[in-house]
Amino acid sequence: MTDLRTATPPLTEGTVQTGAQTSAPVPHALQDHDVSAQGVTKSFGKTEIFSDVSFRLVRGEAVALVGANGTGKSTLLRCILGLIPIDRGAVELLGQDVTHAKGAQLRGLRANTGLVAQKHNLVPRLSVLTNVIHGLLGQHSGPRYWSQSFAPEEARVAAMEALEKVGLAHLAARRADRLSGGQSQRVAIARALVSKPRLLIADEPCASLDPSAGEEIMAMFFDLVRSEGVTVVFTSHHIEHALTFGDRVLGLADGHLKLDATAASLAASDLRGLYD
Amino acid sequence: MTNISSLPARYERPSALSFLGYAAGILIFFWALNGAGFSLEKVLSSPPRFADFASRAFPPNLEPKVLERLGWKMVETLQIAFAGAAIGVILSLPVALLATRGLIFGSAVTTTTRTVLGFIRAVPDIAWALVFVVAVGLGPFAGVLAIMIDTVGFCGRFFADDMEAVDKGPSEGLTATGARRLDIAACATLPASAPAFVSTSLYALEKAVRSSTILGLVGAGGIGIELKVGFDLFDYPTAMTVILMIAVVVILIEALSTWARKKIIGEQR
Ligand SMILES: Nc1ncnc2c1ncn2[C@@H]1O[C@H](COP(=O)(O)OP(=O)(O)OP(=O)(O)O)[C@@H](O)[C@H]1O
Ligand SMILES: [Mg+2]
Repeated sequence: MTDLRTATPPLTEGTVQTGAQTSAPVPHALQDHDVSAQGVTKSFGKTEIFSDVSFRLVRGEAVALVGANGTGKSTLLRCILGLIPIDRGAVELLGQDVTHAKGAQLRGLRANTGLVAQKHNLVPRLSVLTNVIHGLLGQHSGPRYWSQSFAPEEARVAAMEALEKVGLAHLAARRADRLSGGQSQRVAIARALVSKPRLLIADEPCASLDPSAGEEIMAMFFDLVRSEGVTVVFTSHHIEHALTFGDRVLGLADGHLKLDATAASLAASDLRGLYD
Repeated sequence: MTNISSLPARYERPSALSFLGYAAGILIFFWALNGAGFSLEKVLSSPPRFADFASRAFPPNLEPKVLERLGWKMVETLQIAFAGAAIGVILSLPVALLATRGLIFGSAVTTTTRTVLGFIRAVPDIAWALVFVVAVGLGPFAGVLAIMIDTVGFCGRFFADDMEAVDKGPSEGLTATGARRLDIAACATLPASAPAFVSTSLYALEKAVRSSTILGLVGAGGIGIELKVGFDLFDYPTAMTVILMIAVVVILIEALSTWARKKIIGEQR
């Protein structure tokens, strides 16, 4: 297949597109990158998953990361947050080096990001509300945030608001392991949103959602990007989602970043090529 | 279509090394029998002697006064077991946090804690009872302390193993929010380990009941003293009653613990 990667990251294109669709200009400098990956290489044991992956995420843009099963999308997203070590290369998150960050600095970076993991990663035996309040642990440490029972009122209210956004306020008291797949996905989304992150990383946020719920969630992300200048990177196996809701599309195939282009410049057939 | 030649073999041929291993195992077995004074003669001659004991011990002593005295001793035994196990389980929680690898503390702390716990387990409960009899004097309190430390050795290690075994997903989810290690332990690892903790604690209680029945042999309270006195005074019928009571209580406790385990964990899963 053809390498559609543009020579330089399409900073201007992405931003221009953003500016064109909102009345208020995005208040950040053009060079502001929320994520910058340089030559990232990752192996598990002897198996190399991907190598030399470089890209940048401009503040306030929505980026879709696509690729076939097992190409390393989830792995790449975990590398961005420093959840797993990388072999080579460098990752900058919100302007700081993640690869060598430790302790409080790393926690601070993560506190400004929200992650919706592919497997949702909710704590099974605790209530939905408690799980969402845990999204605030990056900002507030300590026993008051361990359970909704001890949480300060504003945390409980913030969590309820996040649950309302995903349409699950009525299940706040239910145990997280008694949810359907789609419900637990929405709780994971609420947990990522409750801390009002600057950067939202969503790994297949719609995988377990029915089509209309999926559209709703994607539209909500899109709205966050447009109205609050949040940067969103999401993976999806839904080609239309990637093209409709992404300003830019990154594509992984054969262990390399084979695609980095604005969504406007792509057709569905270009993305299908990634899966061959 | 799968390539058939890539199918793994059903059985692997043992290597020369594992063959040597088996041979060594068999040799060690015979060496151990020899060292332990295993004698077929004694095995063959023991049934008549055992029958002699049995005939002198039966029928067990079922006098109401004796039964009442033994019954109260049994209650004391259970109190020792329960108090010791409960305190031990509670103390084990913080200890287990120190011993869980990759949770809160680095390998220096976890290795040290695990070594100490290994030492505690290596010392038999009856030896701990002797130590505490010296430290706090004869009586059930020494027994409680012995059961307590025995339980910490057991639960501290197995709680830590339980926490290491839980699904890492939820704790990664909280790591990604920027939570501290202690928060992650409290919010993800501990709740996920709760069923395993219940199960381990119930085993600890069973173990404590079994231990507490013999602590009396060294004067650390409980029904064990009656067993010792019975044998010392050749009062085999009473000793037999004690043995039967212990058996019944231990079996009951195990049944109760199985039932509780099902009730608590089975329904919550
Ligand atoms: N912890 C791990 N240890 C070893 N191998 C792993 C681990 N995590 C992922 N892999 C392997 O790395 C590769 C990439 O996995 P990853 O989950 O990133 O794929 P993905 O692109 O997200 O796929 P999907 O579309 O199915 O979600 C897979 O081949 C997987 O088997
Ligand atoms: Mg994935």
